[in-house]
Amino acid sequence: MAVAAVGAAFVLLPLVAMVTRVNWAEFVPLVTSESSLDALGLSLRTSLTATALCVLLGVPMAVVLARTEFWGQRILRSLVLLPLVLPPVVGGIALLYTFGRRGLLGQSFEALGVTVAFSTTAVVIAQTFVALPFLVLSLEGALRAVGTRYEAVGATLGARPTTVLRRITLPLVVPALVSGAVLSFARALGEFGATLAFAGSLQGVTRTLPLEIYLQRETDPDAAVALSLVLVVVAVVVVAAAHQAGRSGGARLRGPS
Amino acid sequence: MSLEFSAQVGVRGFDVSLPVAAGETVAVLGPNGAGKSTLLTVLAGLLRPDSGRAVLGDRVLFDLGTGGRGRWLPPHERGVSMLAQDALLFPHLSALENVAFGPRSRGVPRAEARRRATAWLERVGVSELAARRPAEISGGQAQRVAVARALASEPELLLLDEPLAALDVSAAPAVRRMLRDVLADRTALVVTHDILDAFTLADRVVVLEAGCVVDLGPTRDVLDRPRTRFAAGLAAVNLLIGTVTAAGVVRADIRMPPGEAAPDIRARFLGDLAAGDRAGVCIRPSAVSVSVAHPTDADAAPIHSGPRDPALTHPRAADPEQTMLPVTVTDLEPRGDLVRVRAGDVAADVAPGRVADLDLAPGVHAWFGFAAADAIAYRL
Repeated sequence: MAVAAVGAAFVLLPLVAMVTRVNWAEFVPLVTSESSLDALGLSLRTSLTATALCVLLGVPMAVVLARTEFWGQRILRSLVLLPLVLPPVVGGIALLYTFGRRGLLGQSFEALGVTVAFSTTAVVIAQTFVALPFLVLSLEGALRAVGTRYEAVGATLGARPTTVLRRITLPLVVPALVSGAVLSFARALGEFGATLAFAGSLQGVTRTLPLEIYLQRETDPDAAVALSLVLVVVAVVVVAAAHQAGRSGGARLRGPS
Repeated sequence: MSLEFSAQVGVRGFDVSLPVAAGETVAVLGPNGAGKSTLLTVLAGLLRPDSGRAVLGDRVLFDLGTGGRGRWLPPHERGVSMLAQDALLFPHLSALENVAFGPRSRGVPRAEARRRATAWLERVGVSELAARRPAEISGGQAQRVAVARALASEPELLLLDEPLAALDVSAAPAVRRMLRDVLADRTALVVTHDILDAFTLADRVVVLEAGCVVDLGPTRDVLDRPRTRFAAGLAAVNLLIGTVTAAGVVRADIRMPPGEAAPDIRARFLGDLAAGDRAGVCIRPSAVSVSVAHPTDADAAPIHSGPRDPALTHPRAADPEQTMLPVTVTDLEPRGDLVRVRAGDVAADVAPGRVADLDLAPGVHAWFGFAAADAIAYRL
């Protein structure tokens, strides 16, 4: 109990410390300054786009990982989850050498007249890169937990594999899909290192809220704290939403017991 | 649709051939691990055998040579529906949508699929549950909906894997009756542990043991004249196996102490049995009497099973029509108003008062006696 209380205090105390430093009199002007609104708007737009990309890429990945068996699958799973353990700034550098002007794919893009690095697109790519494992991980776990029994029933009722996927498999894991997407969104919103390394820090183009906070900390600590609080509120709302999605989804499957 | 089935699965030691006539329901009996579920999953297309061939009507379900190469229809193209022990209704769909799933998957327009689903829900007696989610209905109702769902996809073969096992005692009889009605004239396989299911639902039974067919025939023949310990246990009758002797009795395959002859069983013979034939002898436990001293002894008084058998109500010690088996009691099990006295594979049903009088307990040596009229011998 005592250790648990210390742990809880360890998590909560920094938040309290930060809230006590908020300059409430100047709060509204601080968070509505042009640079702040630019950063907030950019963060929300890029994070939502990154979340959509995560769903688009992550659902097929999770289905393949959970429902098929092939040589090297375990290694592939570890590699897919690599961004979870990789320092974000390393991820950013890796992305730079992939999509950068002289990168592996960047050269081809360049030939087509498209520059990826240091653009808003780069922000989205960096965020997708670090957030994707969250979605794949939670969805794959849910797919394994649901099992293949319902899918087998569907097949014996005459449903072809795509129909089974669309009408049985995916609806059964909607709660996990929602909570995984919310987690990905949260991770994308907080992304800093990979963004800075790969996309830079241009106001209105690549300077997301975490970058803005880091920069303001040097020049205007009050603004940094105020924006941090905004980010904390968004994070709390997101966690609550994920929790709610998991619970109502679970209740829907288990029924009113 | 008639079914021709034959398949081998090496790792499970499964090697079964089974013909099913069109419109026939076959009960699949057997101990756990005998290969009953393997049979169903191979037919449903969920497990690929090493080799084998199955033809349903004029559709080849699979035709695999050694090495597993050949034709293999995926589950959704087979026209084979499976109903499991758990209803496994899709939890995110209403009962009606569950039943409409099969027709919809085969391209039936939505309105028509719903109309058919409604008709099937009515047929199985749960039309009032159409809008409910599976989590909101009871086990018996869910199993009815699952039956409607399986039938709505218009399968040519229906597989039922212990469809009543998960239901409580009060819900099972009504669902069993409903199944009997919908299974009439349908080609179906029913895996079951319940002899009542076999009698109610099936025209024929097949008994599997260790992955092989050990008995196959009309339900009544297989269960009234069991050929295996398993079938005898299911039918709750004693089965003694032996060889017919020239004296017109069956010498039982019972291992005896050195120097003692195996007991000769006097029985009523069904059909032609010649000396040297292998024969099974079937005796109901209620026709077996128990005594503790050898009945030829002066003080012996055979104890009888109950009022059902007036022929046995007077002592008939050393009666030539009576068979006496020396046994050691292994177990006593109360069953209603009688006690089942077990001695290895043989059992007798005795009144509780007699058990007390004879001081029967596991380890006690006793004699099991039965009249020739109550013992039916048949060729194995």
